[in-house]
Amino acid sequence: MATAASTTNPYNGPLKGDNPFAQITDNVSRIMEAPKPPLAWYIAMAFALSLLGVFGASLGYVVWEGIGAWGHVHPVAWGFPIVNFVFWVGIGHAGTLISAILFLLRQNWRTAINRFAEAMTIFAVVCAAVFPGVHIGRPWLPYWMFPIPNQMGMWPQFRSPLEWDVFAVGTYATVSILFWYMGMIPDFATFRDRSTSTVRRAVYGIVAMGWRGSSRQWHRYERAYLLLAALATPLVLSVHSVVSFDFATSQLPGWHTTIFPPYFVAGAIFGGFAMVVVLAIPARQFFGLKKIITMKHLELMAKVILGTGMLVGYAYAMEMFVAWYSGAMFEQFAFVNRAFGNYAWSYWTMIFCNVASPQVFWFKKMRTNVWVIFTVGVIVNVGMWFERFVIICTSLARDFLPANWGELIPSPVDYATLGGSFGLFFTLFLLFCRYMPMVAMAEVKAFIPEGHAHDEDDHH
Amino acid sequence: MTDQDAQISAPLHGILAEYDTPTAVVKASKKVRDAGYTRWDTYTPFPIHGIEKAMGIRMTILPWFVMAFALIGLTVAILLQWGTNAVDYPWIVSGKPFWSWPANVPIIFELTVLYSAFATLAGMLALNNLPLPAHPLDLKERFRRVTDDKFFLLIEARDPKFDEARVRSLLEDTAPVVLDEVREDRTSSDKLPRALIYVGIVAGVASLVPFALFAQARTQKMEHGRRHLVWDMDFTPSYKAQADNPLYEDKRAMRKPPEGTVARGLLNDDDQLHLGKNAQGNWATTLPASMSADEATMKLGQAQFGIYCTPCHGFAGEGNGMVHKRASALGQGWVPPTNLHEQRIRTMAAGEIYNTITNGIRNMPGYGAQMDDSERWAVVLYLRALQKSRTVGASQLSDAERSQLK
Repeated sequence: MATAASTTNPYNGPLKGDNPFAQITDNVSRIMEAPKPPLAWYIAMAFALSLLGVFGASLGYVVWEGIGAWGHVHPVAWGFPIVNFVFWVGIGHAGTLISAILFLLRQNWRTAINRFAEAMTIFAVVCAAVFPGVHIGRPWLPYWMFPIPNQMGMWPQFRSPLEWDVFAVGTYATVSILFWYMGMIPDFATFRDRSTSTVRRAVYGIVAMGWRGSSRQWHRYERAYLLLAALATPLVLSVHSVVSFDFATSQLPGWHTTIFPPYFVAGAIFGGFAMVVVLAIPARQFFGLKKIITMKHLELMAKVILGTGMLVGYAYAMEMFVAWYSGAMFEQFAFVNRAFGNYAWSYWTMIFCNVASPQVFWFKKMRTNVWVIFTVGVIVNVGMWFERFVIICTSLARDFLPANWGELIPSPVDYATLGGSFGLFFTLFLLFCRYMPMVAMAEVKAFIPEGHAHDEDDHH
Repeated sequence: MTDQDAQISAPLHGILAEYDTPTAVVKASKKVRDAGYTRWDTYTPFPIHGIEKAMGIRMTILPWFVMAFALIGLTVAILLQWGTNAVDYPWIVSGKPFWSWPANVPIIFELTVLYSAFATLAGMLALNNLPLPAHPLDLKERFRRVTDDKFFLLIEARDPKFDEARVRSLLEDTAPVVLDEVREDRTSSDKLPRALIYVGIVAGVASLVPFALFAQARTQKMEHGRRHLVWDMDFTPSYKAQADNPLYEDKRAMRKPPEGTVARGLLNDDDQLHLGKNAQGNWATTLPASMSADEATMKLGQAQFGIYCTPCHGFAGEGNGMVHKRASALGQGWVPPTNLHEQRIRTMAAGEIYNTITNGIRNMPGYGAQMDDSERWAVVLYLRALQKSRTVGASQLSDAERSQLK
């Protein structure tokens, strides 16, 4: 990988600049300024665009034919689309976690990865929003979910968890975009000031809004950043909690549990971090960002994956225990059926991927091997998809009355929309890598030793 | 006068000092602060820790601004949910009162955060006077490195204490890399580009077109019905009972019930009730076991007899009803209805009478479609009572009944 990349990669040359600030600027800006991105970018883009085509075609088919084109049947009416929705919303949690919670906790290592984790968040939420939007059956009427005065004289039902979901995911997407954009303003200004072409100067100039780095402006900017972080922190915890309410407030055995909100949030952070490493490892390789996203960052993320993986494992165990301890026949059956019933294979896939595979990170050798981190990242993402499949499909397929049991048999369109959603995600991400500041330059500069003012008057 | 001349003779905007390190700019800031200047600023590629104190920057009011919008968001969320779900369109959910606030908390929280977040970004931009498209500093080529690796300090000419010579000497003491003067911008136009104005006007007018069409549509009478972009369930085409339906293999619109199914009430497993025959297949002579010869059945039979039988057979069953009288008067050939008091009818098995009512006989039509099984049996019971009224002697009555007849 390393040798192949060095021959095709224009980003492995020495950094320009006589001081560390200039070198950081050059390291990040040259990705946008290079006449051509690396070959790997083109290959990845071709792959992503073809998957995006599959996504468009399969969704078009679903809209045209009706959602019966998907494989969900009575009683598994939620099927793949909702599994995919929860999966993508979950992925979207790591970005804001890294930007907001780690910021409040003064974890300065976050500066290297926060920008593209935030971008990943937004793209994942975009993918997530598609699924319920189409799964409502008449995708030209999603505005019914919003409180718009209408000729029917009707209003949304605000005490429904599904309506909370609309507001939670909508607010989360909006706040994430604001947070992301505000963070990029100083970096867009850097791009603007380095631009040699008029078009680039104009475009980056507009989005930079005339930022010139005044300290009086930095003061308000930093305050605003802190406020947004403080707002985003409870928000990120609330979003997956609200998603879990869709399940937890129902009466269905296997869904009706109070452990769901924290369990969903832990799983979301777990899956999100796994996706960050899956994206970070190729990005630092192909765009020459190894000096900024170092092995230390990857190792810390591996530790987060290990920690949240065990939280998730604990939740799986607790679900089983509570089902047994409750003495409720249907609850007990739901969980025995999960582990040993007709979908047992999906349960044990989930256990292997989410509980067993991160255990390799107990060893420093494994935590510092990019191949191991990347592989575990992919496995965890598979596992987190299966977690949602297990929760949704096993519970729905076997509820109270045996006469009401059924089985989900996914149709080819199900697989096409699932695979295709990755096309949308990767396309957006690749465009972001090429045209936007992938690393928060100003923040990284502020946290290197040279970025501190050494003051002989007042030591602190 | 060319642009360049205009720029050279433009009034002074300020004196700019450039530094290489954050430490140098912080040190310089303290000197400028202590010298009592107010209209000055530093420009840096990243926020420098501690520079606020060195420059004497006071805490921004931004948090209060955000707090105000948080409260507005909170209020809007409460009023929105209360107004829509409790007042304008009251929903009954889980048997709770129309306004049961705990279930409204998630959306109250979300909208509070949403309003606060917008206020944070908008407030930061507004307090920072952004977006700011042009600035005299943009004319300095070196200043572009402010977003890269250089640090600048600018004392503006409009500062009340500004004196060019003293500012220069103060800044020279701070050992800047470069000390330079900044002129006001006289080259860039402060007018919008003409093309942009035209585009704006065209877009503005174009955006009014849909509203004009709405307004027109509201005052006009339409020749055609609603236009349906997506048909949804506005029209639900259905097939007529005996028509072709290409959706099914046998092309029948009506579907046959599945093999072996019986519609409700049509099982007809009691032959005596349904056909009038007993277990041996002979005409039954008694009421079916599921019926009883009581007052209610008799009344039912009387009513049904009155409706269906009297037009031909007459109220007393003598075969002289209105239809018979009219048909005889017309004299066009008429088979008279049977007198139900004939010996043949009196001795006929009840089941056979029942069968005659059901299916008809000669030119009497069947009444199986008008009356259900038990109603027809009730008519048989009433008929037996009519017949008895002609044959039972006074001696066969009880004393009470005899006294009733007097």
